[in-house]
Amino acid sequence: MLDDFLFRATLAGLAVALAAGPLGCFVVWRRMAYFGDATAHAAILGVALSLTFSVSLYLGVGLTVSVIALAVASLTGRGFAPDTILGVAAHGGLATGLVAVSFLPGVRTDITAYLFGDILAVGKSDLAVIALGAAGVAALTVWRWVPLLTATLHPDLAIARGIAPRREQLFLTLALAALVAVALKVVGALLITAMLIIPAAAARPLTRTPEAMALTAIALGALSVTGGLRLSATADTPAGPSIVVIAVILFLVTATLGSLRR
Amino acid sequence: MPPLPGHHTAMLIQAAGVAARYGTTPALSGIDLTLERGEIVTVIGPNGSGKSTLMKLLIGAIPPTEGRVTRAPGLTVGYVPQRLEIDRTMPITVDRFLSLGSRVKPAQKAAMLARVGLADVLNRQMSSLSGGQFQRVMLAQALLTKPDLLALDEATQGLDQPGVAAFYRLIAEVRDELGCAILMISHDLHVVMSATDRVICLNGHICCEGAPTVVTDTPEYRALFGLGTEGALALYRHEHDHHH
Repeated sequence: MLDDFLFRATLAGLAVALAAGPLGCFVVWRRMAYFGDATAHAAILGVALSLTFSVSLYLGVGLTVSVIALAVASLTGRGFAPDTILGVAAHGGLATGLVAVSFLPGVRTDITAYLFGDILAVGKSDLAVIALGAAGVAALTVWRWVPLLTATLHPDLAIARGIAPRREQLFLTLALAALVAVALKVVGALLITAMLIIPAAAARPLTRTPEAMALTAIALGALSVTGGLRLSATADTPAGPSIVVIAVILFLVTATLGSLRR
Repeated sequence: MPPLPGHHTAMLIQAAGVAARYGTTPALSGIDLTLERGEIVTVIGPNGSGKSTLMKLLIGAIPPTEGRVTRAPGLTVGYVPQRLEIDRTMPITVDRFLSLGSRVKPAQKAAMLARVGLADVLNRQMSSLSGGQFQRVMLAQALLTKPDLLALDEATQGLDQPGVAAFYRLIAEVRDELGCAILMISHDLHVVMSATDRVICLNGHICCEGAPTVVTDTPEYRALFGLGTEGALALYRHEHDHHH
């Protein structure tokens, strides 16, 4: 079955949905959507650096994104508004990456594969890295769940309970960087934030506790992946964007249900 | 069995010659202060006077740049932050909020909510509570940690005067029942909780301290606070020997 490209694509997509669901809830709760965008765009710079130094794409992207995410986190609040710093990082990373790729000698690089992902080209070794990375991110989120949740509710409330909010923020930043590296091949740099935010936002109207929202986000993300791949296979649409389109449709449905119930 | 934290001594927190800076800006200096089990201390002062910094220093959220803060070993702090908004983006029931961090038995949660004067809110969303209900849930959350010290940072913001008075009465009852110390920050320079043992007036340093004047029986009190506050509020007379 692993020889079937559609089966591999489905597994890779489900792995990303598993990790992105709970993490996406924190992105929504902490209003970090633009942070996700910035780190995802910085992934293109990571692609260029990986190709230049001939290292694994996952490693190169993971490291580059971590460095940029940590730089953004430490620069924030020093005379610049967070959205300004994020804007510099996002567009700086994307533009520098695109320029750097054009300099690469002898490498025929189809950059759109990194911007929009190429889930149907996920090979067996890709699948192994994606599955392991996603499992790692999911495990980290489960491990830090209560401290992160407390720090998200109120930093001082967390401190009074012996939790260091800045340390939890660091865990979250690194988990986001790892997810970006893992999901690059699946949905691409421009749509990673969509996989984080849209299933979590779609889960919100259906749920009453943070845990239920995280689990529902995983389920809706998985539904988007399978639905999107089916749409892609039957209507010959690009796979990554199709997944996001299904996620948006699910969001519109639950948002409507939510407002009808109120 | 080892002695419970703080039970062998009344001292919970002691600050000696404490100063704090933000970058190069001094926030607090020369703070000497002892908090003892069972006492209610109200810290008042204008905006930017270092009230929240003092609370953070005392509960250990930030280290002092000078001096020493000593806490009784194993000190548990129950914290009620300034009017905290729980964003509507996060679904969370009162029930889930009260067992954040450690498991609390359902019966215990219901009993604590009843204690702070709330019934039937366990299944409500935190974001749907009124200001007064919300602060009571925050108090219940702090009390469920069985605190040695209850730290309230302008916990009455957003409550009207009868609401403040009711909240203060509740705090005084809690102190009598649990014997914990209470450290309360208030932005009101002249009106404090009448059960306060000690008022500390802060403006970068301790300007003056003393007991509040309880004037519940005078007609002036009623004129000031109206009916319905039932003696929960008191006046504090400042005795400053310097100007800022």
